[in-house]
Amino acid sequence: MSIMGPPSASGRFGEYGGRFVPESLIPACFELEAVFNEAWGDPEFVGEYRRILSEFGGRPTPVTELRRFSEKFGVRVFLKREDLAHTGSHKINNVIGQALLTRRMGKTRLIAETGAGQHGVATATAAALLGLECVVYMGEVDVARQALNVFRMRLLGASVVSVVSGSRTLKDAINEAMREWVASVETTHYCIGSVMGPHPYPYMVREFQRIVGEEALVQSKEILDGQVPDYVIACVGGGSNAAGTFAGFVDTTAKLVGVEPEGGAAINRGIPGVVHGMRSNLLQDDVGQVLEAHSISAGLDYPGVGPEHSYLASIRRASYVTANDDEVLNALQVLSKFEGIIPALEPAHAIAYVIREAGKEIPLGSTVLVTMSGRGDKDAELVAQLLGDDV
Amino acid sequence: MPRESLGRLELALTDKKMSGGKLLVPYVCGGLGDWVETIHAIIEAGADAVEVGIPFSDPIMDGPTIQEAAQKALEAGTTPWQILSEVRRASFSVPIAVMTYYNIIHHAGHERFAKELEQCGIAGSIIPDLQLDEATDWIRVSGENRIENVLLAAPSTPPERLKRLADNSRGFVYGVGRMGVTGEHASLADSASEIARRLKECTEKPVLVGVGVSNADQAALVSRVSDGVIVGSALVRRLLQGGGPQAAHDFVGELRRGLDAG
Repeated sequence: MSIMGPPSASGRFGEYGGRFVPESLIPACFELEAVFNEAWGDPEFVGEYRRILSEFGGRPTPVTELRRFSEKFGVRVFLKREDLAHTGSHKINNVIGQALLTRRMGKTRLIAETGAGQHGVATATAAALLGLECVVYMGEVDVARQALNVFRMRLLGASVVSVVSGSRTLKDAINEAMREWVASVETTHYCIGSVMGPHPYPYMVREFQRIVGEEALVQSKEILDGQVPDYVIACVGGGSNAAGTFAGFVDTTAKLVGVEPEGGAAINRGIPGVVHGMRSNLLQDDVGQVLEAHSISAGLDYPGVGPEHSYLASIRRASYVTANDDEVLNALQVLSKFEGIIPALEPAHAIAYVIREAGKEIPLGSTVLVTMSGRGDKDAELVAQLLGDDV
Repeated sequence: MPRESLGRLELALTDKKMSGGKLLVPYVCGGLGDWVETIHAIIEAGADAVEVGIPFSDPIMDGPTIQEAAQKALEAGTTPWQILSEVRRASFSVPIAVMTYYNIIHHAGHERFAKELEQCGIAGSIIPDLQLDEATDWIRVSGENRIENVLLAAPSTPPERLKRLADNSRGFVYGVGRMGVTGEHASLADSASEIARRLKECTEKPVLVGVGVSNADQAALVSRVSDGVIVGSALVRRLLQGGGPQAAHDFVGELRRGLDAG
């Protein structure tokens, strides 16, 4: 039995998870759970999911050894290249799965939340591919700072709703998508972008991302003559690329490390709480109001974290660390200059941790697999500003 | 259930229902403006019980009006403990139920929160994101502290679950009048009378319909089937627009007359 198997009947990973949503949504959660379980055991469904990810999504993505980087830092680092998947990140794995489920449930419309816009673009892409209607909820603040992604979504045929409630960022985009889902649940599937939300989402999204870890396990064994890497490292906001990666390695000897942003470190700085349908670690004030996260990376700018990560932390199967904005900006430049790979700000957190801890927490000579969850094009403008460059 | 084992909220509502009256439970957002005076005013205008909102940062069951009220109250520095102690000081003449989201209770701890409610003279709790399957422990702990936890039943709830839900609800059963979040609508959804009918078929407890009940006509219409209504956004909008306790009194008076005229 894998440590990352199915959750309990109530959707719990240890004490975390569950289904904390309005009664109106409960039947839809039950339906989704039943349809997902049936589909995930159906060779025809799984075959179509894998076929689309291969023909359309560009899978399998390669594993790249970082030779100059490794020489400089004294640890042997490999990247699982989700930045080379279609739409530029691992998000495509999840949305293809959920879009196929939407069709299987006879629903015709997808809604999604997005922060930086990567999940929104991926959802709009899957909707276009399968002929589904698509509406993406995005905080007003993010709409302004990610104008290019807003245009990409519209080009793909999706409508983008600018959310003006609360802090006007990802947290509020999720609230608004949930409210809209309550009103349209009969025809609409809510395509959640990470391993969060009410059961079965955290489990289902991890299963759709498991392909990252499964491929990486086979690929790294090939490179390492049958051995697994000493460390497997991924960034964690909601935590979907980390969950998918860890799922491939959790039953091996590899040490699993999730890297949170300093200003949105739910596991490192939060305590258990309930929001967005789940019980998990959460940044909150002294009476339980949810705090806003502050990170350079919009994709990790989230006060909560997927419940399975809280569980893996509680049983100490994975450790969770943080990287700050300065370390992340530095890591982005180092990887670009040494390897010709411009990472997104999110996976740059994982690189930053390797740079900081090589020869310390990570002994010299260790083998390290890092999931490169997305490419850096989307962040170029922001990074230029932060570095004082005019573009 | 024998009369002596009923809680205060259910007893008050059942007595009124037995006397042939329709039930009116308005919602007021705690911490918004002169909310304590507002509650006194709406009780005088004929409220049978009052739902007092404890604002939460992420109210996923609420539409724009109640979101705005909650945000204003939070910006004014409102805390749950402040609201509870003001309710205690005010000692209102009808039962009070608090409406909040589960993280506020989770954060405080079930025992502590239930004891605090009891000490402040609060009769019930309504927690829209704590559905039946997750509510077992809170129902037990709140019950031990004489707090009646009201469960919500939705138009999408299947029949077998509706019955279990009604059986486990205390105080009354909250029928959600439409698939959606709180807010005003030009007309009453068909689902409002439908959820009332389905609930009346499976419970003797008072059945109140809220979410999308916006004025006296709509209240009277759904109360032909239900035992009464909960009205939130329509009242809160008047308060946000600057109407004080007097405007609240006038509006609740209208609702009262609408319900009494049938």
